[in-house]
Amino acid sequence: MTHRLPDPNPSPQKGRPRALVSGVASDSHTWNLVFLQLVCEEEGLDVVNLGPCVPDELLVTECVDQRPDLVVISTVNGHGYREGLRVVPKLRARPELADVPIVIGGRLGVTGRREDGLAGELTAAGCDRVFDRGPEDIEEFRTLAAAVAWTADDASARASVQFG
Amino acid sequence: MAAGFGGFVADTAASGELVVQPRMGFGDVATMRTGLLATKRARAATAGTITVDSYTRVGDLDSAAAALASGAALNGYPLVSHGVAANRGLLHGVRDATFPVQVRHGSANPGKIFEALLDAGLDATEGGPISYCLPYSRIPLNQAVDHWARGCELLATRGQAAGNEPHLETFGGCVLGQLCPPSQLVALSVLEGLFFQAYGLRDISLSYAQQTSPEQDIEAVLALRALAGEFLAGVRWHVVVYAYMGVYPETRRGAASLLAAAAELAVRTGAERLIVKTEAESQRIPTIEENVAALELAGTAARATRPVTPPPSRTDSQVYAEARRLVEATLELHPDVGRALLRAFKLGYLDIPYCVHPDNRGAARSHIDGDGALRWADVGALPLDGLVERRRSRPVGSAELLDALHYVQRRHDGQG
Repeated sequence: MTHRLPDPNPSPQKGRPRALVSGVASDSHTWNLVFLQLVCEEEGLDVVNLGPCVPDELLVTECVDQRPDLVVISTVNGHGYREGLRVVPKLRARPELADVPIVIGGRLGVTGRREDGLAGELTAAGCDRVFDRGPEDIEEFRTLAAAVAWTADDASARASVQFG
Repeated sequence: MAAGFGGFVADTAASGELVVQPRMGFGDVATMRTGLLATKRARAATAGTITVDSYTRVGDLDSAAAALASGAALNGYPLVSHGVAANRGLLHGVRDATFPVQVRHGSANPGKIFEALLDAGLDATEGGPISYCLPYSRIPLNQAVDHWARGCELLATRGQAAGNEPHLETFGGCVLGQLCPPSQLVALSVLEGLFFQAYGLRDISLSYAQQTSPEQDIEAVLALRALAGEFLAGVRWHVVVYAYMGVYPETRRGAASLLAAAAELAVRTGAERLIVKTEAESQRIPTIEENVAALELAGTAARATRPVTPPPSRTDSQVYAEARRLVEATLELHPDVGRALLRAFKLGYLDIPYCVHPDNRGAARSHIDGDGALRWADVGALPLDGLVERRRSRPVGSAELLDALHYVQRRHDGQG
């Protein structure tokens, strides 16, 4: 399990709560990312969309720099379980990213079937949710995005009362 | 073999048959060979495909090798990692004068893939500096243009030195798969063809991917043929149609009707080759059997369509007028077509709707019109004054986008 340390250099929260949407290194698909950006925006999150083919190191750096309230990894080329298991531990290894919700979804395997064992490994590796069932997952994702927007907004409102 | 891929397609077209070809790639040599042999034996005029896996595509050869070593499933054939002996073994007794094989890859930096395919004795592949960078990669466009210039030179010189006529197909007729208005698809295909010619290729195919309206698709392929005739002097060229590359129907009947429509589009417009999609497309990587079924279905649909001879050419359509303007406005920017393409994207003279790459301006937007045609909702800075009404689009929501992305699927699955 990741050791959770206090953040030595917290970034200021500016504007609305923010989601970072990203593809994985080997996946060139874009429409899933454009769609998820719109869903996040509709639920009250600002979005940084890194686009497709994001190398692991870039995703880690951007998450550390941007300090999003939600990390959304989406991939549909069939390498998702494998690439998720590679990159999510790299994100969780950074103390700044120990607590940020990380979700992954899409078409994660090449067979078209949900692979429960690999989904379980992704959860164990630090994914808060694995959306690998198909379109029926969208509403649950939307609810999660709304909850993140509401909670983050609430937290920053409290912070301004305490320190402002 | 000197006739090569383009010669095979020309001969097959002359005999009145449409060449049909799968998208097919498997991680291990034995399955890939079985797939190629099944393609060869399919009851249709087929060409073979080796689709490269996506680790190799992005140059992550370590991950491709690791997946091979651990036996993990790959979404394509790791052409570079398998090495020359395995690749030659794969093709031995498979590729011959009756069955050319093309490598499909999706790489913005194709040098290693081109070397590996040339080492394997192959000389046909596809892609392009725009179409495999903007929607497919995150490297800067100017780097992709340089990589592709070197790649084209390598393919042309090594292929021609071996006594062959190497073949390169544009992927520009497909950017982002869906929701790019046909005129820009046609323009990008022609411009990438000109780029290939500038860097030494003499045997080229120009792609166009089926979109939302059969009538508009016919206009588009005819416009592509007309512009190729006008701009691509001194090279042998043919047109390849891609069966729909967006969200695919989920029902067997819907998938079959969309594929049959693609075959009809190809035959009616005089296109010489068709890349098929399978009924499994909406769910997963298709099996060999599903690919063979799709090839045979497409071949049958093509034979049932009345051919048009000689191939028609139409220059009075909206698609032709817009595409011609985009090509000319781009070429006027610089005598070197690669530099001209870079300037065109910088100025927004070319602009792919919804593409999030930093070198794409992202001001242009498209929509599906009431008649099913794909048109500009916002031309951004595209030089289409006098051809398209200038208006600002309102923002599109997720439900509306999803609706547009699923338009073709719905129509063919019989849900409106």
